Amino acid sequence: MSSIRSNPETLSVLDRPNSYIGKTVPRPNLDRLLQGRGTYVSDMELPRMAHVAFLRSPHAHAEIVSIDASAAKQMAGVIAVVTGKELSAVITPWVGVLSHLKGLKSAPQSAIAIDRVCWQGEAVAAIVATSRAAAEDAAEHVAVEYREIEAVTDMRTALDPATPVIHASLGDNLAWERVHDAGAVDEAFAGSDAVVEAEFIFGRHTGVTLEPRSVVADWNAAEARLTIYQGTQAPHMVQNIAALHLGLKESQVRVVCKDVGGSFGIKVHIYADEMAIYALSKLLRRPIKFVADRVESFNTDIHARDHRCKGKIGVKRDGSITAFEIDDLTGIGPYSMYPRTSAIEANQVVNLVGGPYTNKNYRARARVVYQNKNVMCQYRAVGHPIACSVTEGLVDLAAMKIGMDPVEIRRRNLIADDAYPCGSPSGLRFEQLSHHASLAKIVEMMDYQALRTEQAALRKKGVHRGIGIASFIEVTNPSAAFYGVGGARISSQDGVAVRLDAQGSVICQTSITEQGQGSESLTAQIVGSVLGVSMDRVRVILGDTDMTPYGGGTWASRGAGIGGEAALQATKILRKNILDVAAVILQSTPAELDIAGNAVVNVGDGAPRIELNELARIVYFRPDTLPPGIQPELMATKHFVPREYPFAFTNGVQAAWVEVDTDSGFVKLLKHWVVEDCGTIINPQLVDEQIRGGVVQGLGAALFEKCIYDERGQLTNANMADYLVPMSGEMPDIDVGHVVSPTRESELGAKGAGEAGTAGAAAAVTNAVNDALSPFGTIITEIPLTPQVILTAMGRI
Amino acid sequence: MTAQVSITLMVNGERVEAQVLPRLNLADFLREQLKLTGTHVGCEHGVCGACTVRVGGEIVRSCLMLAVQVDGAEVETIEGLSDSGEIADLQDAFRDRNALQCGFCTPAMLMAAQDLLQQNPAPAREEIREHLSGNYCRCTGYQAIIDAVENAARARVGRTA
Repeated sequence: MSSIRSNPETLSVLDRPNSYIGKTVPRPNLDRLLQGRGTYVSDMELPRMAHVAFLRSPHAHAEIVSIDASAAKQMAGVIAVVTGKELSAVITPWVGVLSHLKGLKSAPQSAIAIDRVCWQGEAVAAIVATSRAAAEDAAEHVAVEYREIEAVTDMRTALDPATPVIHASLGDNLAWERVHDAGAVDEAFAGSDAVVEAEFIFGRHTGVTLEPRSVVADWNAAEARLTIYQGTQAPHMVQNIAALHLGLKESQVRVVCKDVGGSFGIKVHIYADEMAIYALSKLLRRPIKFVADRVESFNTDIHARDHRCKGKIGVKRDGSITAFEIDDLTGIGPYSMYPRTSAIEANQVVNLVGGPYTNKNYRARARVVYQNKNVMCQYRAVGHPIACSVTEGLVDLAAMKIGMDPVEIRRRNLIADDAYPCGSPSGLRFEQLSHHASLAKIVEMMDYQALRTEQAALRKKGVHRGIGIASFIEVTNPSAAFYGVGGARISSQDGVAVRLDAQGSVICQTSITEQGQGSESLTAQIVGSVLGVSMDRVRVILGDTDMTPYGGGTWASRGAGIGGEAALQATKILRKNILDVAAVILQSTPAELDIAGNAVVNVGDGAPRIELNELARIVYFRPDTLPPGIQPELMATKHFVPREYPFAFTNGVQAAWVEVDTDSGFVKLLKHWVVEDCGTIINPQLVDEQIRGGVVQGLGAALFEKCIYDERGQLTNANMADYLVPMSGEMPDIDVGHVVSPTRESELGAKGAGEAGTAGAAAAVTNAVNDALSPFGTIITEIPLTPQVILTAMGRI
Repeated sequence: MTAQVSITLMVNGERVEAQVLPRLNLADFLREQLKLTGTHVGCEHGVCGACTVRVGGEIVRSCLMLAVQVDGAEVETIEGLSDSGEIADLQDAFRDRNALQCGFCTPAMLMAAQDLLQQNPAPAREEIREHLSGNYCRCTGYQAIIDAVENAARARVGRTA
């Protein structure tokens, strides 16, 4: 690990003796998951709980002429069959727009389709029964008459006058458009020594969480309260939306999130079928459970990255980049997703293209169009893989054109490490990045020159290996600029309450959530370090709107940077409060005392003065022995949100070493490297594993993953045998290195690390494949890089 | 609907008698009737591996087997392997290496890893990758899992050497 800036100069609360910060410690409570004793929503059962199977549209676009459920209602175990119209008695429709995405328009969407279906897989009726199997049996006996309508499937023709308009009330199929122009782009291209253009094509893919989306909703009519058990990343957001559309107060809705079997942004949204479950529970006054099966997951979990982006770069002979221009087109399905909208990915693409470089001339257009396919929305590293692949693909093409080494052209254009703070032509503000330190480090880690030598030697033997480099920036620690300013009630602040219990242990309630990233661990590490207690004394409670402070949850790489800082600040107050009362008990002063090893100790010689459990005993059970007027406060709460920068940008670089079989078109991933800078590292192992997991999700997109729709809007590979995901056999080992530039917005200094891996992996692999194929003059700008794509590009099939 | 069928089997060393529908798969039987929820259901078509259990000492995908097929058989799940201590060292290695994030694939991954180490006490890294290649993990990127299995294998060989 190398540090280009220390923060702050003096010893901080994080540098105390026995600090857990910067140390690899195992996550607490893993035995539960290792022994199969976790509680995922799919494991839950409640008294009188009924199960739902949805009857889903087989058509991409059709009118619902009639629904006849009379036969199904007579079947064994069936409790109810509910249509969209019937359900609308208890739940209102919604429109997925935000005011800061000017011009974004969408149509009202219902929990269950009413009158018309707009994608294959949209729910048409809910069958509620005593078991899922009974519900599925009955679903086969619900007769729906459809009248098919022409489906809009190709995003390239979605805006043509001849193409039907999906929602007549919107006037056309354009959801949103953003145009951006900075600097003097035309002059810059005119003054370039070379201008290169390419169209980059990205396969629509999806998250494939191993546990499908699952929800149990329990409306207790006697309490007038709805409890929602859901694997969600944002419990308070779910509380707000459920209350809003069911006509309840937020205090009438409790959202509980126990173990979550993978999320990655798939579970940060609110899906129509989940809304239907909340509503069905209210309608039927009993607990209702829905667990998506895998076919439903493919047809209804949000998809992402269906983009076609034309890109153009200008370059001088000395390698300096003169301008970037992009024209991005994306098809998002028939509705903008709720409540985060489906325009964010395109917006991110415009924001991020060219981000690592000093270039100031940048023009962009992004158009977001409707189509009759499953909805698209935010998935891990929203927009980043598109922006990174376009930028880094263009940079490599420019380097190739002027005959410059890919590392060298980046050295000449990356923003200097001492140039901060600075901004980008798209309007981003960077506090402190470390592109050059990162690039230097990865070149050393991979032994770049040795690889080039090996590559040249192998080429003579007909073995085609390639090296790909991709620099990137990542959006983390989002402030209210992300959603709040647009009117979404999605909190950007998080809160932590921390208290000393009667035996001197610590209970910590945090509004960030855990889906395996290590939120619980990083919170316990921070609390233990700042307070001076061992981690095994810290119990972290999260994922329950009744039990935790109000906050955003865990998404957009915000848990450590925002929730972690709240934990730090809350614990500082608790520490002060403990020392205040200790000073009274010990007839000392707070300045002479410290807490270490679960006891109050002398600052001077570290000698133990009073164990925390003894202090707690006095405070809770013998307050009569304290002087009059002393009221100890052994609980403290703090909230935090970044205010100075809208986002804490991180940066990094990835490198791929691949071999292409030019006969079969198969790509073998030999090795992958990442250097990234997420600021203060709380737990190195957890950060590295976030990076590795993220990289492999990006590698899936690079090589395998694609939702294949036919021209009628039918998803043709909605199963795990035909939709390929990365498995252990094909994945390489991934070396991870770090540069550390803490953010000064917080005392903790942590930025996010959850999306860096996914941001740059596909770009690195694509550049490596093109490098391997350079003797053939083949350039490929499409992912996934399937054998078919490669052999077609090579003219071999 | 077809009538229920009586089955008798051993599950984690305990005798179980049950009435099951012929169409009920083993995964649903374990989870819904026996409440052994450590066996997870990820794809229900035999690809993701999350439902891996042992039947007669061999690992199988419990979503691809019917409950009626295990009549008279010996079935072991993650709960059994945990309680007996058989895989305690593997579980420790997974914890130390953070070889799990969301944990949904983990019980089955441990099942598959133990199966490998029973057949091959000192597998090469590539052999570990190959043996676990039927178990999907979306979180880790696999490297930590491969490391953990490698570490556990080395420690076992060290103990018996």
